Amino acid sequence: MPPFTRLTSRVVALPVDNIDTDQIIPAQFLKITDKSGLAEALFYSWRYHPDGRPNEAFVLNQPQAQGAQILLAGDNFGCGSSREHAPWALIAWGFRAVISSSFADIFRNNALKNGLLPVKVEPAILNTLFNLLKEQPQAEFTIDLASQTLSYPGGQTEFPIDPFSKTCLLEGVDELGYLLRFLPQIEAFETSHVLWRE
Amino acid sequence: MPKTLFEKVWESHVVAQEPGAPAVLYIDLHLVHEVTSPQAFDGLRRRGLKVRRPDRTFATIDHSVPTIRPDLSLADPLAAKQIRQLQQNAKEFGIQLLDLDHPQRGIVHVIGPELGLTQPGMTIVCGDSHTSTHGAFGALAFGIGTSEVEHVLATQCLLQSRPKTFEVRLEGRLAKGVTAKDIILALIAQIGVGGGTGHVFEYRGSAISRLSMEERMTICNMSIEAGARAGMIAPDETTFEYLYGRPFAPQGKAWEKAVAWWRTLPTDEGAHFDRSVTLDVSRLEPMITYGTTPAMAIPISGRIPAPETAADSTQRATLEKALQYMQLQPGQSLLGQKVNVVFIGSCTNGRLSDLRQAAMVLKGRRVAPGVRMIVTPGSEGVRRQAEAEGLDRIFKEAGAEWRHAGCSMCIAMNGDQLQPGEYAVSTTNRNFEGRQGKGGRTFLASPLTAAAAALHGFIVDPRTLLS
Repeated sequence: MPPFTRLTSRVVALPVDNIDTDQIIPAQFLKITDKSGLAEALFYSWRYHPDGRPNEAFVLNQPQAQGAQILLAGDNFGCGSSREHAPWALIAWGFRAVISSSFADIFRNNALKNGLLPVKVEPAILNTLFNLLKEQPQAEFTIDLASQTLSYPGGQTEFPIDPFSKTCLLEGVDELGYLLRFLPQIEAFETSHVLWRE
Repeated sequence: MPKTLFEKVWESHVVAQEPGAPAVLYIDLHLVHEVTSPQAFDGLRRRGLKVRRPDRTFATIDHSVPTIRPDLSLADPLAAKQIRQLQQNAKEFGIQLLDLDHPQRGIVHVIGPELGLTQPGMTIVCGDSHTSTHGAFGALAFGIGTSEVEHVLATQCLLQSRPKTFEVRLEGRLAKGVTAKDIILALIAQIGVGGGTGHVFEYRGSAISRLSMEERMTICNMSIEAGARAGMIAPDETTFEYLYGRPFAPQGKAWEKAVAWWRTLPTDEGAHFDRSVTLDVSRLEPMITYGTTPAMAIPISGRIPAPETAADSTQRATLEKALQYMQLQPGQSLLGQKVNVVFIGSCTNGRLSDLRQAAMVLKGRRVAPGVRMIVTPGSEGVRRQAEAEGLDRIFKEAGAEWRHAGCSMCIAMNGDQLQPGEYAVSTTNRNFEGRQGKGGRTFLASPLTAAAAALHGFIVDPRTLLS
């Protein structure tokens, strides 16, 4: 997993609540057995017309979105299916962080395991940020993980993250390595684990 | 100190917990399917790891399987490749697989309970958000991503932060024609699609006690649609009666031991919940969704709300976008709304009792001209039981298509899907944009409401058909 320390980038704004993982990556792209082709499939149904032409009105198809690494989205981002293809697709397109007023639990877990940082801000701040980007679509935000701060033109806010995920992200360590260190305890646990079958 | 059901199950599965780190939580049962597992098995290969407990790992094929016949020659090449990959992974890693031709194959959340794999007090995970279904048995069951699938395959454990608890108290008696599906849709409409985020629901109260296991599964299944990590129901006599004699349920002396332990699991008197909500189910009508989240639901006699009533501009824009997608108007009633397709099935409502309800409405009647109705049993076991009761004949004589087990039109990655612009009444769990096919428009409802719409070709109150 690539480490996440500090990121300064332009921002793509999607002011829609409850963006579900079916929108982020439709089910037709889940038939892969690897992680290929996901950048092109990100937000597929919003990005392309039924006949396959790009939907020019959709923000990801507009010039200011190109190269942006931060997504700003409405409340409850990533609800629905547990598909990890959702963070894989966001990362494949080039995003390294998503800002919202809340994230669905499974999406947040999946994002953290892939180095995609969920930045949770107060609903009022989220509104401020949407308004800011309406006026200055080229504005750059800076996310600093060590100090847990998000800076934007005219302001700054702190965001929460649990200490374990923070360390994993800062160091680029994946969780399985940590978990494997517990194998002796897991073995011991299994010998005394009281379910009817034992 | 008095404890909740969740706390008892959680605490008995914590292997270790270092300060500042999530708990190492032991997993009793890991269910696997073709869509969210291939990259996890690849990860094991890259690291040279084995599946630590193949005996606690169980695989089936459900999401991308064709339901006309479970035959790979009918599947698109990518789906066929993915299914073959699971067959190969199961063989290579020594995992039990209910393969395409297996008489018990079915949707992962239907077969777990059906085979007695799902039991009270267990921790159960699967790379699928509707794993919450298994909580109906008093198990702690939740969906995970593919990285976590790899973690469980490798260590039989997961790193988990402890969720908060949320009591959902359901009281009162359901009116005729109102079902478990209507209860859960009403709850989600009340608390919102993010209302349960970070929490585990425990459904309690007199209305829950009266429900069958299949009805309880419908409710727990959709816990995730309110954002909850899981939904649980304390095991009781109904639970024990359901499990007794099932293939993987304990037998003989072990059964008595198991039941004695299961009886200790219900929440203690005076235990604390972080949040609580009460719903009087006797006041409910059949529910139906009008928008693109499961929370956008109204009583069947109700009217679609106006975006102007939304609390902020993003909420208003979200509702406007949903109505634009659905091509529906604020203030409109859904009664009389034309439908093109009716789907009965899925891990929400694809069990025998669901098929019986739909068949009761359809018996001796015909699906309206121009309406396509598909009935997909949740498992091959359900399919056989339904056929033994003659339900398949009722469906076929009414003009519906009778399929083999699979996720079918709930996920639209297996050939079963809506065409752009079509309206469907569906007994599934998600009405997201494009969920049932690009451009398709979904009304979520109970099997009764769905079957009633099939007969008329438009949405009706199913209670008018129940004399």
